[in-house]
Amino acid sequence: MEPEDSLCSSEVWTKSSSFPNGNVQQPPQKWPDTSILDYAMDQPFQEFQEQTESKASLTCNPNQQIEILDKDSNQMNAALLASKIQDWDPRAMLNNLSFLEQKIHQLQELVHLIVGRRGQVFGRPDELVVQQQQLITADLTSIIVQLISTAGSLLPSVKHNLSAAVPPVGQLEPFDKVIFASGPGTNGGVQSQHGDGTKLPELPTQVDGSSKCGKEQNMTVEEHESKDEEDADEHENLPPGSYEILQLEKEEILAPHTHFCAICGKGFKRDANLRMHMRGHGDEYKTAAALAKPNKELGSETMLIKRYSCPFTGCKRNKDHKKFQPLKTILCVKNHYKRTHCDKSFTCSKCNSKKFSVIADLKTHEKHCGKDKWLCSCGTTFSRKDKLFGHIALFQGHTPAIPLDESKGATVSCDRGERYETTNKLGSINFSFGSIASGGSSVETIADAKGGVDDPLSYFSPLNFDSCNFGGFHEFPRPPFENTDNAFSFLIPGSGNYTQKSGAESSSNNLE
Amino acid sequence: MKRQKFIEHTNPFDLISDEIIFSILDLLTSNPIDLKSFSLTCKSFYYVEAKHRKILKPLRSEHLPSVLQRYTQLTHLDFSLSPRVTDASLVIISKACNSKLRSLDLSRSKFFSATGLLSLATNCTNLVEIDLSNATELRDAAAVALAKAKNLEKLWLGRCKLITDMGIGCIAVGCTKLRFISLKWCMSIGDLGVGLIAVKCEQIRGLDLSYMQITEKCLPSILKLKYLEDLVLEGCFGIDDDCLGVIRYGCKSLKKLDVSSCPNISPTGLSSLTRATTSLQQLTLAYGSPVTLALANSLKNLSMLQSVKLDGCVVTYDGLEAIGNCCASLSDLSLSKCVGVTDEGLISILKKHKDLKKLDITCCRKITDVSISNLTNSCTSLTSLKMESCSLVSREGFILIGRGCHLLEELDLTDNEIDNEGLRSLSRCSKLSILKLGICLNLNDEGLGHIGTCCSKLLELDLYRCAGITDSGLLAIIHGCPDLEMINIAYCRDITDKSFSSLRKCSRLKTIEARGCPLITSFGLAEAVAGCKLLRRLDLKKCCNVDDAGMIPLAHFSQNLRQINLSYSSVTDLGLLSLASLGCLQHLTVLHTNRLTPSGVAAALLANSSLTKVKLHALFQALLPERLLKHLEVRGCTFEWREKIFQAELDPKCWKMQLEDEMQIVF
Repeated sequence: MEPEDSLCSSEVWTKSSSFPNGNVQQPPQKWPDTSILDYAMDQPFQEFQEQTESKASLTCNPNQQIEILDKDSNQMNAALLASKIQDWDPRAMLNNLSFLEQKIHQLQELVHLIVGRRGQVFGRPDELVVQQQQLITADLTSIIVQLISTAGSLLPSVKHNLSAAVPPVGQLEPFDKVIFASGPGTNGGVQSQHGDGTKLPELPTQVDGSSKCGKEQNMTVEEHESKDEEDADEHENLPPGSYEILQLEKEEILAPHTHFCAICGKGFKRDANLRMHMRGHGDEYKTAAALAKPNKELGSETMLIKRYSCPFTGCKRNKDHKKFQPLKTILCVKNHYKRTHCDKSFTCSKCNSKKFSVIADLKTHEKHCGKDKWLCSCGTTFSRKDKLFGHIALFQGHTPAIPLDESKGATVSCDRGERYETTNKLGSINFSFGSIASGGSSVETIADAKGGVDDPLSYFSPLNFDSCNFGGFHEFPRPPFENTDNAFSFLIPGSGNYTQKSGAESSSNNLE
Repeated sequence: MKRQKFIEHTNPFDLISDEIIFSILDLLTSNPIDLKSFSLTCKSFYYVEAKHRKILKPLRSEHLPSVLQRYTQLTHLDFSLSPRVTDASLVIISKACNSKLRSLDLSRSKFFSATGLLSLATNCTNLVEIDLSNATELRDAAAVALAKAKNLEKLWLGRCKLITDMGIGCIAVGCTKLRFISLKWCMSIGDLGVGLIAVKCEQIRGLDLSYMQITEKCLPSILKLKYLEDLVLEGCFGIDDDCLGVIRYGCKSLKKLDVSSCPNISPTGLSSLTRATTSLQQLTLAYGSPVTLALANSLKNLSMLQSVKLDGCVVTYDGLEAIGNCCASLSDLSLSKCVGVTDEGLISILKKHKDLKKLDITCCRKITDVSISNLTNSCTSLTSLKMESCSLVSREGFILIGRGCHLLEELDLTDNEIDNEGLRSLSRCSKLSILKLGICLNLNDEGLGHIGTCCSKLLELDLYRCAGITDSGLLAIIHGCPDLEMINIAYCRDITDKSFSSLRKCSRLKTIEARGCPLITSFGLAEAVAGCKLLRRLDLKKCCNVDDAGMIPLAHFSQNLRQINLSYSSVTDLGLLSLASLGCLQHLTVLHTNRLTPSGVAAALLANSSLTKVKLHALFQALLPERLLKHLEVRGCTFEWREKIFQAELDPKCWKMQLEDEMQIVF
C-alpha cells in the first residue's frame, strides 16, 4: 500500500511512530485515564509495528527522552513532540483507515495527500530542530494540526475530518489536544520550539494542568450549553462490559480552561475563543480554514463506547459503586462533579437565596427568579406548584408558605394573620441567608474567573492546587462581594424576627 | 332540738354527692328544657348543672363571656344555632375553654376569619374536632392558622371554596393526626393538596372528596393510606378510566367506597379500582355507567361486599344476575330509580341473598307481585324496604309483605296500591318505626287503625295526601304510637281540630307537617303544641284557619322550634311578632299572607335575632327599608324572595292524575 510505504521509508517517521508505545507504558503511573486513552489507540498500531523493523531499537529512545523531560521539565520541545505525534498519528489514522477502508474509500485518498505532504515537511522539522529557531512553519503546523486533530479524533472515534486536508485553522486548539493526549510527554513544554524564554516557565504547567482536563476536547461542545446531558443518560442501560470507563481527577475536572494557546499559553474555555485569539499570532491563523470550526467526527463503530466515572469515592457515578451509572461525556462529568461534590458558590443576585455550583444553572435560574410564586416555608421557591408539593411531601416540617398579598385579602380585618405570614416568611429567608454566609466564606480565596483569563497567575492555579490539598477548591468565582454583604445586611433585620419564628406565639401575645 | 335538726336537713340533696347528681343529669338528655328547669331550682343545682355540662349549643354569641364563665367544663361547643360567630367570639372561647375544648361546630356560622381560628388553634391545644363547613369566605390564611391545631383529628371543610392547595397543604403538614377530613365542594383544591394530605396524614380513616376537581393522580397516594376505611369520591368528574389503570397499590383497609356520579368511570376503570380495594364492604355506584355484565364482573374481587348501591343506573338483567352471583353475602341492595329492573333480574339476586336486610326498589316500575312474593318468601329477615311508586304491585302484594317480613322496621310505600287489608297484614310488623304511606289513595281510617293498635314503636308516619284519612284514623295512631316523632298529614283535608289537638299526647313530636288542612284552627294548634315541647319543625302552609290566636301559645310552649312555614295562613303582624320569643327560630317562610304589613314584618324580623333564613314574597323586598335588610344580613340572616302565583288547591285524585301526566312526559 502506498501510504504505508511512504510512511515507512522515512526514518524519522518510524522512529517517532514507536513513540506511542513508549507513552503507553508510561502514563499509567501518573495518569491512569490517559493510559486508557492510549490503550485504545494502541491496538491499531500493532499491525504496523510488525512491519517496521527498527521498532524495537527505537522504542527505547522516546523513553529516555521522556525521562530526561521529567527531570528538567523545560527541555523537551514541542516540535519533537509534535513530530512524534505527527508521526504516529497518521499511522494510527492510516491504520484506522485501513480498518475502515472497506467503508470509507475517500478517506484513503485524503490520507495519501497528507502522507505526501509529510514527505515534504519532514525535511523542515529537521532543519528547525537543528537551527532551534522559531515555531514550525505554517505548512508544518497546518499539517501537524491536521494530524493532531486526526489523532485527537482517534481517541473518541476513528473517522476523522479528512476534509481538513486543507490545513485547518483552528490548529492550535487541536494541537493542544494532541499534547494532552500524549500525556506526560508534554511536560517538556514548548521551550525549544518556541525559543521564547519569557513564557517558558508558564507554559509547561499550563499545558500540564490543561492536559488533564483537555484530553477529550474534541468531544467537548460548547461548555455550558448542554447542561442536561448528565441527566440525559440517566436511563442509558449499557451492559457493564460494553464500554470503557475513564476517570478524570478532580483537578482536571475543575480546571478553569481547557483550550490553551500554544504560542503564548493563554487559556480559554472555548476553542472558538482560542481561534479568535490565534489571529493575533500571525496571518496564517486568519485564513478561513484556520478559523473554521474543526469538523466533528462522525463516531465510530470500531472504538469502544466511552463512559466516564466520577472521581468521588462513594458516589453513584464512581466506577467502584455497586450500582454504578456512568456519565456520558466530559461535560457531564464536569457538571455532575460541580453540582454534587462542590460547594455552591454562585448566589442568585435577585433572590439572594438560591445557590448553584454550575454557572449555567445560575443563569437559568436567574431567568426565572422572581417569577417563582410557589414558596416553601424553608425559603425555597418553585416555578411549578407540583414541584413545591413534591418538595413538601419529601421533607418533614416544610409547609407551603402563602404569599403575603393573598393573606392580606383573605380576611376582613385580620392584621394579625398577616403578621404571622410576614414573620414566617422572614424567618425562612433568614435561614437560607445563614447558609449563604457559610458558603461564601469558604469561597473567599478563589479569584474571579474572568480576572483569571487576563491574569497569568491564574494559569498556575491548577498546578498550585495540584500540590496542595484540593479540599475547598473552587475554580469558579465566588459571588460578588456586594451580594454577600447584602445577604449579611439582610440577616440583621431578619435575625430580629427570627426569634419569634412561630407567628402563632407572637400573635397570641397580641391577643392577650 | 327538733327544730334544729329540721334546719340541718333542709336540703336533702346536700347529702348526695355531685357524682350521683351528675349521673342523674346524664339521663336528662331528651329535652334541653329539662336541664334548664333543673338548674333554676336552687343555687346548688345551678352550680351542679354548670359543673356537669359538657356540651353547649349557644343560641347567640353575645352572651358568650358570661355563659363560658358559668360552664367551665365544656368540651363540645356547637354553634350551629347561632347565626353570627365572629373572631371576637372565637377569641373569647379560646381563652375561656383553652385546653379543655375538644370539639367545635362552626358549620352554620360565618363572619369569623383566620384571626379567630389562629387564637383557637393556639389556645385550645386539645381541639380534636372542628367543623368549618360553609365557611365560604375562609382563605388559605385561615388554613394556615388551623394548621397550628396539632391534635386535630376530624375536620370538615365542606364548601370552603376559597381554600386552595396551599392552604390544605399547610393543614396536611400541621395536623398530622387527622383521622377524618371532608373537603366536599372545595373547588379550589386539586390533586396536589389531596395528595399531600394522603402523604402527610397517615392516620386518615375517612376521606370525603365529593365534588372536587381532582383526577386519578391523587388516587395512588390515597390508596397507600394504611388505615383508610371510608372514601367518598362522589361527583368527581375528573376521575376517568385512564388514570385508574395506574393504581398498583391496594388499600387493604378500605371498607366503604363511594364513586357515585362519576360518569367517566367505566367497568374497566372500576375493575382496576376494585382490584386495589379487595376488602371493600360497601360500594356505591349511583348515577354511574350502566350496570352491565362487564360492570358486575368488575366486582368479582370484592368477596367481602355487603352493600351495593346502584341508584339511578341503567340496569340489565345480566348485570343484576352477575352481581347476585359474585357477591357472597349481600345485606344491603339499593336499586332506587334504576331503569331496567325487571322481575327476573331482581329475583336472580333475591334467590341468592336470603340474608338481605335492606332493599330499595324505589321507582322500579316494572316490578310486579312476582318479585314481591319471591322477596317475602326468601328474604324474611328484611328490616328495610323502600318501594315507592312500584305501581304494578297489586294490593295482594302488600298482604304478602305483611305475612313474610315480620322484622321490617322501615317501610316506604309511597304512591302504591296498598289498601286496608294490606295495612292490616303489615300491622304484624311490630317493630315498624318508619312508615310512609303518602299518596296511597286506597287507604282509609280502618287500615290506619290496625297500624295504630299494633305498631306501638312507630316513630315516623307519612300520610301525605292520603285523602281517605280522617280524625278517627289519626286518633288511632296518636293513641297507639305515643313515641311518634314525625307526622305528616299534609293535604289530609278532613283532619280537624278534634284529632289534631290530640297530638299533644305525643310529647316527643319534633316535626308536624300539616299543610293544606283547612279544618285545623288556632284552637287545635294551641292544644297540640301545649304538649309538644320538643317541636322543631312546623308546617302550617295553607292552614287558612290558623291565625294569631295559635301563634301566641306556640311561641310560649314550643321553645325549640327551628322552622315554621306560615304561608297562606291567616297570621297577622301580631302573630308574627309574638314568634319573636322563640329563641332558636331559624327558618321562617311567610308567603301569600295578605294580612301582613311591611312594618309588622320589619318589627318581627328585628325582634327575632336568631333567624338565618327568611322566605318572603318579592313584594316585601321593595317595601322593607333597605337599611333594615342590610342590618339583618349582617346579623346572619339571608333572604329568599319568592314571586309565586297563588295556586288553587286540587282534589287529591286530580292531583295524582296530573302528576302522572307529568311523569309520562318525563319518561
